[in-house]
Amino acid sequence: MSSIQSDVRNFVADNFLFGEDPESLQNDDSFLETGIIDSTGVLELVAFIEDQYSVEVDDDELVPENLDSIDRLINFIETKLKELA
Amino acid sequence: MLLQSFLEQSAHDNPDKVALIVDQNRYTYLELEQQSNRLAQALLQRGLERGDRVAIHLDNSPESVIAIFAVLKAGGVFVMVNPTTKIDKLTYVLNNCRARMLIIPEKKRNTILEHSDLLPHLKTAVTVGPAAKEQANNELQMPRFESWEQLQDEFADCVSPPETQTISIDLAALVYTSGSTGNPKGVMLTHLNMTSAARSITTYLLNEPADIILNVLPLSFDYGLYQLLMAFRVSATLVLEKSFTYPHAVLQKMIDLQVTGFPLVPTMSAILLKMDLSKYDFSNLRYITNTGAALPTEHILTFRKRLPHVQIFSMYGLTECKRVSYLPLDQVDTRTGSVGIAMPDTEVFIVDDAGHRLPPEHVGELVVRGANVMKGYWEAPDRTAERLKPAEIPGEMYLYTGDLFRMDREGYLYFVGRRDDIIKSRGEKVSPKEVENVLFTHPGISEAAIIGDPDPILGQSIRAIITLMPDQELTEKEVLAYCRKHLEDFMVPQKIEFRAELPKSPNGKVDKKQLTLP
Repeated sequence: MSSIQSDVRNFVADNFLFGEDPESLQNDDSFLETGIIDSTGVLELVAFIEDQYSVEVDDDELVPENLDSIDRLINFIETKLKELA
Repeated sequence: MLLQSFLEQSAHDNPDKVALIVDQNRYTYLELEQQSNRLAQALLQRGLERGDRVAIHLDNSPESVIAIFAVLKAGGVFVMVNPTTKIDKLTYVLNNCRARMLIIPEKKRNTILEHSDLLPHLKTAVTVGPAAKEQANNELQMPRFESWEQLQDEFADCVSPPETQTISIDLAALVYTSGSTGNPKGVMLTHLNMTSAARSITTYLLNEPADIILNVLPLSFDYGLYQLLMAFRVSATLVLEKSFTYPHAVLQKMIDLQVTGFPLVPTMSAILLKMDLSKYDFSNLRYITNTGAALPTEHILTFRKRLPHVQIFSMYGLTECKRVSYLPLDQVDTRTGSVGIAMPDTEVFIVDDAGHRLPPEHVGELVVRGANVMKGYWEAPDRTAERLKPAEIPGEMYLYTGDLFRMDREGYLYFVGRRDDIIKSRGEKVSPKEVENVLFTHPGISEAAIIGDPDPILGQSIRAIITLMPDQELTEKEVLAYCRKHLEDFMVPQKIEFRAELPKSPNGKVDKKQLTLP
């Protein structure tokens, strides 16, 4: 598991799963459809990404394509980091 | 007139018009009419009788729309249950209204199975979505599980509505709402109540077939539910979204689909006003509405500045009669803080504690008359009597809202406050008692008090103040996790505060007034 993947999984497990078995969350599970993240959750997620990876997330990047599963988050973070590099 | 006629009439007049857009999928009026007819025939064949309650525990989806009309067409009463409601409360609601049938996503099948012993009235559960594996019904098992898809196949030929005995004073829906005693109560709404409210609202919003209304509010919330009813009443198009979690995606969709109407609660307007709206082309947007809690005056002023062509409807209502008032557009700039005048075909006045009418500029309780006023609370005569009281015309009942208002000399209403301690967060009612009751079930918690703090985004944020049992240790996260497991999302506190003890009034009750002091 890459370090981004483990960081992201840990953050989601700690902040949104609330004691549910982290193994039950698949990397491609939609946060919206599984109901684990609401609109304030998205803001927490963005704050985490911005802090942890020193990137800036624009309003128009706040879309499910970027944020709505572990896999999508990892892709999004990797893309942002490449933009910086 | 029956509520299902909104769909039936539109399907008759405009069969091929797009009625509903969910994700990438479009559904015409005729498709929805036929699918709800099939499901109605299926429910009847599976034993639904006139007046039976059917709970619909789905998120905003085509199936929830079809289910609502199918239940009505079959002569039943629909009960929407928020998709984030947890099993304990779902059990309470199902038993309180003795629901005979339940419509749920397939993924909740096992939860219902595990709790079936606690659900003696439930006979049938219809599951939506593909099953993980072929599920066989045990002959003796209650409830019996049915698959939505299989029912649609089995009744494929039943495209006409079943014959119905329903008349307009029959119940159409129970809408559960939070009450100050903790357990939610079922607001009984007849076909007449709901068609009357929908007619009044579509009249002042000037809704027309060309309208495209985008709704992100859950259909279990009456404000969300009425977007569906109103759109179908005028043969407009409804765009259903599951949430406002990704505002940019919702706004983009608004623009792509040329949305004309956008209902808001203050929480959403606070999020919108934090965004750079100049990036979006809102030229098709005709109106936004607000209710659930008063829209702060500065929100209205900012919207007026940033979106000058958009009509802003500031409104007030309560589930017990759906809507009470709206602020006419020509008053928005001069009476910005008002929630307006009584909507068409309703009457309002303000009374003192003895029920006597008060002159203008006096603060008192708002009272409502109209065909939209509920029949009462389901099997709760005492609680009904607190709200519905005899009117001057013998036999009529007035609705006492429990909300304090002032009326100016021209009849415009100004919200002053609530009589009880109900919290309004994200536009939805939260009963402090209901949240406290959940906290009390945690073995580590000794005392708990829930209060609402003013919050620029939520309207009110929810703060739990708790004391722990001796030798217990709990973190904020653990308490929040427990809340999330047992409460709907909008009821989960934003903040947990630990104290050694809670301030008490002389009679030993928790003194909440003192807790709200800064």
